[in-house]
Amino acid sequence: MKNPHIWLLAGLVAVYLALSTFEDADRPSLNPVSQRKVAPDFALKDSSGKIVKLSDFRGKVVLLNMWATWCAPCREEIPWFVDFEREFKDRGFTVLGVAMDDRGWDVVQPYIKRHELNYPVTVGDSEVSTIYGGTGALPTTFMIDREGRIARTHVGVAGRHTYKQEIQDLLAPESTE
Amino acid sequence: MIRILAVLSIGIASVSFGQSINALTVAPAAPLRAKVGTTVEAKLQLQVRSGYHVQSNTPSDPYLIALKLTWNAGPLESAGVVYPKPQMEKYSFSDKPLSVFSGNFDVDTKFKVPANATPGPTAVTGKLRYQACNDNMCLPPKTVDVKLQVDIAR
Repeated sequence: MKNPHIWLLAGLVAVYLALSTFEDADRPSLNPVSQRKVAPDFALKDSSGKIVKLSDFRGKVVLLNMWATWCAPCREEIPWFVDFEREFKDRGFTVLGVAMDDRGWDVVQPYIKRHELNYPVTVGDSEVSTIYGGTGALPTTFMIDREGRIARTHVGVAGRHTYKQEIQDLLAPESTE
Repeated sequence: MIRILAVLSIGIASVSFGQSINALTVAPAAPLRAKVGTTVEAKLQLQVRSGYHVQSNTPSDPYLIALKLTWNAGPLESAGVVYPKPQMEKYSFSDKPLSVFSGNFDVDTKFKVPANATPGPTAVTGKLRYQACNDNMCLPPKTVDVKLQVDIAR
């Protein structure tokens, strides 16, 4: 044992790496199918006045994002969602945005236009918030599988990689087994 | 170990967000003594929960919700609210620094005591609107009632 410091250092690195596998609270991790609960259905209007129901998307993987224009962390995620919509739309995926702005379309509509959101966006209400457990913090994002079940809930910003991996996992054929 | 604790604390925070969090508290203000016909200054002491910030009175973009103190019409006339200088803070979710308040800070109000004010104990009431975030998420905008006890003397 010529240099015990090297072994000590190696040991510390090993411990660090072991701990690192547990450190990422937002690492992609979907709930097992048996533990998933059905996402409550709702009907809200989009910017054109058309009724959008969550159940309209049954058979698709849905990233249900509750956000607001006043929520700066929410706004960081929007470009990611635009990219996901573009990349996965043809594989049976959609993003569905529910804006929780009190001022409604007056502020949401200009934001959608300015930032070129390419997925359906509705304006939420207290009823939707309540049936989803009271979205006390934004963003809150629900990853919903093709059978309309919540496979993962993220409160706060999750990483772009996390969302993308979960979308891919839910789109994979074995994800419903 | 620190990393594990950090993950645990994130988990606990996430669970508790289903409930209402008070990210900002208003300290009970000392009663104000005011003489008829003068101008007095009242200090409202605010405390932002550790790890949180509130948007300042001059937020960095028009979508953000400004901190705003408004006083109802009453025995004293508000002659202007003075906010502290905002902090420009950079957060992981924003390319540019945001104009915010965090920690402890005061908001001052100048009140005119009308010449015809009735001497004796009274109160002025108002509302404080704010919107709080931490570096990962935001809480809905909130409006809280504020009250100042005033003793008007001749």
